[in-house]
Amino acid sequence: MSQHDQAHQDHGIKPYVIGFVLAVILTVIPFWLVMSGSMDKVTTLWTIVIFAVVQIAVHLKYFLHLSLTTEEGKMNTFTFLFSALIIVLVVGLSVWILYASNAMMMG
Amino acid sequence: MFGKLTLEAFPFHVPIVMGTLSVVAILGLALVIALTKYQKWGYLWREWITSVDHKRLGVMYIILAMVMLLRGFADAIMMRTQLAAATNGAAGYLPPEHYDQIFTAHGVIMIIFMAMPFMIGLMNIVVPLQIGARDVAFPFLNNLSFWLAVSGALLVNISLAVGEFAKTGWVAYPPLSELTFSPDSGVDYYIWALQISGIGTTLTGVNFLVTVLKMRTRGMKLMQMPIFTWTCTWANILIVASFPILTGALAMLTLDRYLDFHFFTNDLGGNAMMYINLFWAWGHPEVYILVLPAFGIFSEIISTFSGKRLFGYTSMVFASGAISVLGFIVWLHHFFTMGSSADVNAFFGVTTMIIAVPTGVKLFNWLFTMYKGRVQFKPPVLWTLGFMVTFTIGGMTGVLLSVPGADYVLHNSLFLIAHFHNTIIGGAVFGYLAGFSYWFPKAMGYKLDEKWGKRAFWFWQIGFYVAFMPLYVLGFLGMNRRVNHTDNPDWNMWLYIACAGAFIIALGVLSQLIQLYVSYRDREKNRDVTGDPWNGHTLEWSTMSPPQFYNFAQEPVVKDIDAFTDMKENGTAYQRPEKYAPIHMPRNTGAGFIMGMLLTACGFGMVWHIWWLVIVTFLATIVTYIKRCYDNDIDYYVQPDEIEKIENEHIAAVQSTLKA
Repeated sequence: MSQHDQAHQDHGIKPYVIGFVLAVILTVIPFWLVMSGSMDKVTTLWTIVIFAVVQIAVHLKYFLHLSLTTEEGKMNTFTFLFSALIIVLVVGLSVWILYASNAMMMG
Repeated sequence: MFGKLTLEAFPFHVPIVMGTLSVVAILGLALVIALTKYQKWGYLWREWITSVDHKRLGVMYIILAMVMLLRGFADAIMMRTQLAAATNGAAGYLPPEHYDQIFTAHGVIMIIFMAMPFMIGLMNIVVPLQIGARDVAFPFLNNLSFWLAVSGALLVNISLAVGEFAKTGWVAYPPLSELTFSPDSGVDYYIWALQISGIGTTLTGVNFLVTVLKMRTRGMKLMQMPIFTWTCTWANILIVASFPILTGALAMLTLDRYLDFHFFTNDLGGNAMMYINLFWAWGHPEVYILVLPAFGIFSEIISTFSGKRLFGYTSMVFASGAISVLGFIVWLHHFFTMGSSADVNAFFGVTTMIIAVPTGVKLFNWLFTMYKGRVQFKPPVLWTLGFMVTFTIGGMTGVLLSVPGADYVLHNSLFLIAHFHNTIIGGAVFGYLAGFSYWFPKAMGYKLDEKWGKRAFWFWQIGFYVAFMPLYVLGFLGMNRRVNHTDNPDWNMWLYIACAGAFIIALGVLSQLIQLYVSYRDREKNRDVTGDPWNGHTLEWSTMSPPQFYNFAQEPVVKDIDAFTDMKENGTAYQRPEKYAPIHMPRNTGAGFIMGMLLTACGFGMVWHIWWLVIVTFLATIVTYIKRCYDNDIDYYVQPDEIEKIENEHIAAVQSTLKA
């Protein structure tokens, strides 16, 4: 039991606060961009996509504690990356396959 | 009360089925009488059915695999004799609706209920021993996985007696497998058998991944794990990543059939191609799940019996990894002819061809391992050499099929059938049989008879070529798979030869049964006293045969890939510690068996729409599981005096053998 407790690291509140602040900033900026309309549509869209990707990374690091320093963090990170790879491959290729075959059907 | 189930579901009018059933009934009755007479019921329950010991579960998996091998092989013999009899327009002895069930059952049984349990059985026996662990990470889960596999196998076999099995081929493609075209119970048996056993397999994958990541013995780094453990680990990664796809695809087919959904129908926005796509997104990784552990077995055997280290261990690990990842992006080659775009077909054709590269790396590694070694031609080595030749031929015909243009000509022809039997028998099955004879003394305590082992190999090897090479020719001559009878004089001779080949393989199977009998009869003569009959390289050979139930009195310290060789060279093998510490062990439990049997009844209820049975058994399963979760009495300690007694016995046996 005690061994189990030790393995589970105590993260404290700090990473959650940093993560929350970053998440808020990364959410507010795209919102503001859309509402103010200060950039053209395509640029806005791509900015939102970039912010979304950064947002994912922030969540993974600060909330799910993926890291490349500790042994457990490494294991979680590689598991995550592998799962992501397989999902991208299976879903992505499936969509491509069926889209292409539908296109052939419809002419 | 009984849903769709009526007396008409029982095949009283089919003599072949009734004959088989009466033989099964007589054998079953004889078994029950014998168990009662010798009062073995309690022993069976306490020591085997409820066991959470990975070695016992492994043995039970292999028994399941062998029983199902006999069933699947009987199907194969029936198909070959039917095709040899039904030439020149003759009808043969199997009517189409029966023949269709036979080829479906043959495929499902051989892949899901023969090859998978055989592979998982060997993995169960060997992997924890190779990494110096006392059991798997979740022993109860392991027992549950086994009984889920049995549950699926039971459903397939029940379909022989009650109702019928699917007539769709082992892939069950819609729209044929939809309610419109398969209104009877066959596809439902297929769905629930695969669904229940598939969940068991997923759990096994998770269990063994955690085991190798968390339970390696002191000092063993990932890149020091024995190669068989590594290939099993890649296979488990593939299991965890791919089996949920099967579960999902089958769940959608279930919704189509039971609740009038339209995922895979032709109307209302469904797309049957999506099922085919998902099925093979699981199905292709599945064949690598089967063959990768076999590659590991060959590596262990060729290294042990050449008296050398494995050539290129690191490249072997990475080649297996490359095959695993590439194995996930080739699945469309199973349905080039669905008519996707040229780009799609080209992409999947090229990735398929690339897989031949890491596989080639492995082949050269095995050859270089043998180079300048002293190869002993014992049965495991014969299987390995037979594999190297046979699998290479199968691999090359695979590369031929990976050219989309060629595939359009050969798709669903007997050329394809010859190709995948060439790789699955020549690769996976030869591997399991090699591993069976290699680790048999470890699991059972005595060696297998070599004379009958060699006979079995030669019958299998020669029978394989006689049975399957004609199918390549028949494929080129234009004969399709799943044909019930033929009317083309050009094909006759090849069909007769293939039938003869199947009977030569039957002699091989017979030799294996005789081998088991002879080995058991002469077990005192062939006893493995030291636990290390082949001068092995890895930790499983440092234990007794059969191993102590706790595997290792103290966790071994590993400094080398060939950990046991390293210990023997440095004189640290078989050392007695000054004092033994108590060992923490899991207690046996009946929960896995009870859940497995309840889910069998639940699946049966689903097949026949007996809803009260479904609800009752499903709730009972959940209750059994929750009850098990709240059970606190799940472990105990083995005391030092008991350990000391067992260990002294082993060390004394080793020392007396070394002196002699």
